[in-house]
Amino acid sequence: MSETKATHSSSAHEPDSGSTRRDFLYLSAASMAAVGAGSVGWAFVDSMNPAQDTLAMASTEVDLAPIEIGQSITVMWRGKPVFIRHRTANEIETARTVDVSALRDPQQDSDRVKKDEWLILVGICTHLGCVPVGQKSGEPRGEYDGWFCPCHGSHYDSSGRIRKGPAPKNLAVPDYQFLTDTSVRIG
Amino acid sequence: MGSGPREDFKNPVVNWIDERLPVFTLMQKEYGVFPTPKNFNYFWNFGAIAMVVLVTMIVTGIFLAMNYTAHEDMAFDSVERIMRDVNYGWLLRYIHMNGASMFFIAIYIHIYRGMYYGSYKKPRELLWILGVLILVLLMATAFMGYTLPWSQMSGWGATVITSLFSAIPLVGDSLLTWLWGGFSVDNPTLNRFYALHYLLPFVICAVVFLHIWALHVTGSNNPLGIEPKGPQDTLPFHPYYTMKDSFGICVFLVFFAFMVFFAPNYLNHADHYVPFDPLVTPQHIVPEWYFLPFYAILRAVTFDIGIPLTKIVFIEAKLGGVLAMFGSIALLGFMPWLDTSKVRSAKFRPMYKLALFGLVAAFVALGIAGAKPAEGLWLYVSQVSMAYYFAFFVVILPMLGKIEKTKPLPGSIHEAVTAKAK
Repeated sequence: MSETKATHSSSAHEPDSGSTRRDFLYLSAASMAAVGAGSVGWAFVDSMNPAQDTLAMASTEVDLAPIEIGQSITVMWRGKPVFIRHRTANEIETARTVDVSALRDPQQDSDRVKKDEWLILVGICTHLGCVPVGQKSGEPRGEYDGWFCPCHGSHYDSSGRIRKGPAPKNLAVPDYQFLTDTSVRIG
Repeated sequence: MGSGPREDFKNPVVNWIDERLPVFTLMQKEYGVFPTPKNFNYFWNFGAIAMVVLVTMIVTGIFLAMNYTAHEDMAFDSVERIMRDVNYGWLLRYIHMNGASMFFIAIYIHIYRGMYYGSYKKPRELLWILGVLILVLLMATAFMGYTLPWSQMSGWGATVITSLFSAIPLVGDSLLTWLWGGFSVDNPTLNRFYALHYLLPFVICAVVFLHIWALHVTGSNNPLGIEPKGPQDTLPFHPYYTMKDSFGICVFLVFFAFMVFFAPNYLNHADHYVPFDPLVTPQHIVPEWYFLPFYAILRAVTFDIGIPLTKIVFIEAKLGGVLAMFGSIALLGFMPWLDTSKVRSAKFRPMYKLALFGLVAAFVALGIAGAKPAEGLWLYVSQVSMAYYFAFFVVILPMLGKIEKTKPLPGSIHEAVTAKAK
């Protein structure tokens, strides 16, 4: 009898005897359930990401020839406005001579353009996503001759860099390539 | 709920049902004879009023959904069609539109009541937390509903508020793309907001059910903030408070109807009647009035948080604003533990009463500043008010429990009520 008892206490039926085979079963079953739920759950989560047709509309080609010096145009790319400004010599000069180390998001003008006279930017304020004004003549361009966001008062300079106001970053530069001297593909 | 011994009902049909599913016993116990403190004032109407508004919103919302189209090219026009061509569509929409404001009026007064009379304190902490959860759900629902007409205010409001999530370090941008279902507020965004705007009210119903369940476990607080000691301190809920609530609801509905019929667009914005243009941001974006205080907090953080005089920044201004805004709501949930006083009602807490009036003043000031451009004097107003708002919860509440000399509490509700009558 005492022998049987001894076997029992080391067997899986004794709840106090530390980790048992049953604990192992609980753990492995629970982890399988978690993996299963996770892999099914991911389908639901990922269904909310941009769909294939949305991703397919991801690039835009623009003809730059009709844009005069000093003019700006706005094109639509991925549902967002893209600002293309044909900068004047004066604007390029001002953007060049800024003391970069004093900026909130320090960046040389030369790192933000591929050709000096063409400044191409995503026209979305990096604060909370409004569209800054300053594209059309007559619109306020802010204190640094670039763009001004009317929502919360961010000022951008003629290189699209944040100079004043709540926005944390410079206006984003999208991926683009010059196909010829006067045409560009964004995206 | 409802099991155990029950008394028979005279009506045989009622009795037959009740023997099998004791809903009548339940109603009798929870809304018929339910013992309720006998000293409620009219502040205690606003829970029932909020409930009536919730039902109104769901009913008008379902009927509006029958005529609404959630598509970027058709949403705006379908709302205009509801206003012009659908029979009584204007009425349904104006009730629903103003109902959102009525909901927040009722809820803000309801929350103020809870704060003034200490209803959040032990043993009602969970009841209070469920209430804060309802507030958060209500804000989310209202925000998504506001985007559905797909107007300039809709689209740009949605852009600004969803962009808050881009402030989160590392994952912010991917999270934002996920929320939008694209690279900007677009058709997929409208569709999911519509689905969620339809879903969330039913989630609110479920949490309201838990809120009321918890209330019926602890029983109601009352203006004196002392627990009822026996039957002499209470009245049966019916007919005493069914009647008082009905009266309060009627008065509130008069106000509601006035807004719907005589000033339906008083709380609205002209840009809400201009179709959404993703290339043009309106000159001045303001949220609905009920979000203004929180919007002001968002914009009041214009400084990076880091080590002074160095370039080391822990929290950028943008993230700081977002954290402050969500924090201002989350703090409410911690109120039961931040308040260390033994006494509930502000009637017996002279210093707390002043501090709470200060909080109301700060909240109103934030609301006014939230409607103005965030610069100059208004920026200072919102920063000072925000400082007080946070200080109230984090400094004043814990401190008052230690230093405040409270007034003596009455022996019982009955004693206080009869002493007043003499």
